[in-house]
Amino acid sequence: MTHTSTIFLVLRRLRTPLLVLITLFAISVLGLTLMPGPPDPNGGQLPRMSFFHAVYFISYTATTIGFGEIPYAFSEQQRLWTVVCIYMSVVGWAYTLGSVFAMLQDKNFLNALAVQRFARQVRRLREHFFLVCGYGEAGHLICQALDELGYRAVVIEKDEVKIGDLELQSYQADVPALCADAGQPDTLIFAGLTSKYCRGVMALTNDDSTNLAVAIAARLLAPALPALCRAEHADTVANMASFGTRHIINPFEKFAEYMALALHSPAAYNLLLWLTGLPGTTVARHREPPKGKWVLCGYGAFGKVMTRALENAGLPVTIIDRAAPLAPDHTWYKGDGTGADALAAAGISDAVGIVAATASDVNNLSTVVTAKQLNPALFTVLRQNHVANRTLFDAFESDFAMVPAEIVAHECLAILTTPLLTPFLDRVRSADDAWAGALLEELTGRFGWDVPCVWSVSINLLQSPAVYRVMMRHEARLSLSALLRAPVTDRPPLACTPLLLLREGDPPRYLPDGELEIRLGDQLLFAGTEEARRDLGMTLFNGHTLQFVLTGRDLPGGLIWEWLAQRREARSRSS
Amino acid sequence: MNLEKVIFGFFIVFAATLNFGFFIGDIDNPVHHEIYELFAAVVVNLIATVLKFGDRTQIGAIHLATSLVADLQLLAAAMVWGYAVHVTGAGLTGSTMSSIVSLSGGALFANIVSVIILIAETIMQRR
Repeated sequence: MTHTSTIFLVLRRLRTPLLVLITLFAISVLGLTLMPGPPDPNGGQLPRMSFFHAVYFISYTATTIGFGEIPYAFSEQQRLWTVVCIYMSVVGWAYTLGSVFAMLQDKNFLNALAVQRFARQVRRLREHFFLVCGYGEAGHLICQALDELGYRAVVIEKDEVKIGDLELQSYQADVPALCADAGQPDTLIFAGLTSKYCRGVMALTNDDSTNLAVAIAARLLAPALPALCRAEHADTVANMASFGTRHIINPFEKFAEYMALALHSPAAYNLLLWLTGLPGTTVARHREPPKGKWVLCGYGAFGKVMTRALENAGLPVTIIDRAAPLAPDHTWYKGDGTGADALAAAGISDAVGIVAATASDVNNLSTVVTAKQLNPALFTVLRQNHVANRTLFDAFESDFAMVPAEIVAHECLAILTTPLLTPFLDRVRSADDAWAGALLEELTGRFGWDVPCVWSVSINLLQSPAVYRVMMRHEARLSLSALLRAPVTDRPPLACTPLLLLREGDPPRYLPDGELEIRLGDQLLFAGTEEARRDLGMTLFNGHTLQFVLTGRDLPGGLIWEWLAQRREARSRSS
Repeated sequence: MNLEKVIFGFFIVFAATLNFGFFIGDIDNPVHHEIYELFAAVVVNLIATVLKFGDRTQIGAIHLATSLVADLQLLAAAMVWGYAVHVTGAGLTGSTMSSIVSLSGGALFANIVSVIILIAETIMQRR
């Protein structure tokens, strides 16, 4: 539907009422001009009403204003016709107004207006934005984080209640939201999928098939756009991968990966959590998952991947499920994990850890509480399905909590806002424990356990014009440490650490040395404070700040002062 | 045969014929131009306009545009008539009459375009 189509919708609906109104008006006016006038006091008869007077009279009578009998007291015939006119016009107006109000209340009409308003809002966006399909728990977290980071978001959500919830949130920037099915390509285009300001699309709905539809629409309509799609079933993942969706996020797989990483290298796991945390939160150091016998309750989609992750780490797993054994090569107890009997039968007393992996939050909590009573030293991994149950899960203090929404949000933010973070995280995942441990100690010692600001910088004309100009003039060789100074007196080092340097043709440099020379086209990843990020941005952009940071001297500003400084320099050189 | 098409065609042609009937005659002679015919032309034109509402095609848009032009011209003619008779008090002089008739002539042209479009549309349909 185009933007003008609502007007046509209105006109089409109003066709019959308008026809009725025109016809009644015409009949009334015509009749009034045909009625003989009243007798003249001089004995003759006054002329019949002219069209002008008839239109005047019917206009004020039909709209119930009623000025009286103008231009003269009417004849009996004219009065008779006026009675007919009054009842006709009342019916006509009542019908027309009724149709107009019915149309204004009409759901389709209101929907058409809402779509138009939304499309206009998106069209008028003149800054980069992210398209979020599905404002569930993950969508909510992502919108909050994007808002905090200063990015705009556009939301499509099927559920009206959630759209209402979004409107009640106090975001700094206005978030355009539409209540529609994200699986429709038209809806996606209205939401700015093909806009040049769109920086990425996220398919986060609960429904795998909708996410799949968004993925294929993004692939075909905006192939260059990064698309992040949530998928919970293995066949959806395979389907999305088959047409080249770049980022497929399966929260269960992701958590199993984290778990495997935590088993393999706890320091690397903590470092990962710290770097990818949601902005404004504090990360707590996690207890290391112990090695030994594990018990798992609920062999569903999540249970399967967790079993695989634990077994890959060489740990024996005992499964408790209500269904008969689905995987005969595992130790399997048919029963209810929430009861002490089944847990005892599965050997909870000599187990080191328990995974509560069912789709019910209450059952998961009940299982873990019962298990803790039987064996207080247990390491607990809890699946939390709904963010709303956070209070209960916080009160229990499990060792690991698997919250799908949070995992999806972390992944999306890491991929979209700092693209360089992904290669660095890959390095962290494959690193040995000692390297990760040393790095974690250093970084958290410097910046604390609050989630740091992680950002990337490119040395080019667009993102760092001041540095670009200095390099093009070959004025100075810039080392990393010379650049990373605060533009204040004494030029103290900035509170940030370079994590990664990418240079074309070279292998990636992890934790680059401060003496390393910067070249044009370098891409750098930093972790540090928000203040350091602002200061560095200033240095890269502003030539004066850059000169001060490099030399400690203020440059003369303005034409006259520059000219005087040049003269002084020339004189001192000649003498 | 479609009743809706009959009504649609009827009003478009009727608007044009009434308009023509009013227009024909000496341009400055009030005797040749009947006020009831002008009234009928205005009403039928308005009805034709409303019938054209809600068609989103290109041809539908041109149809609506021609009708709006005809409405505008005929209403202007009616207003000139009313103004001459009731406001100035000079009555229907030759110059007023000729301006009324020339306005209705403009409307007639728009109505002819409308009829041509109607015919073209019908020929294009081939069924």
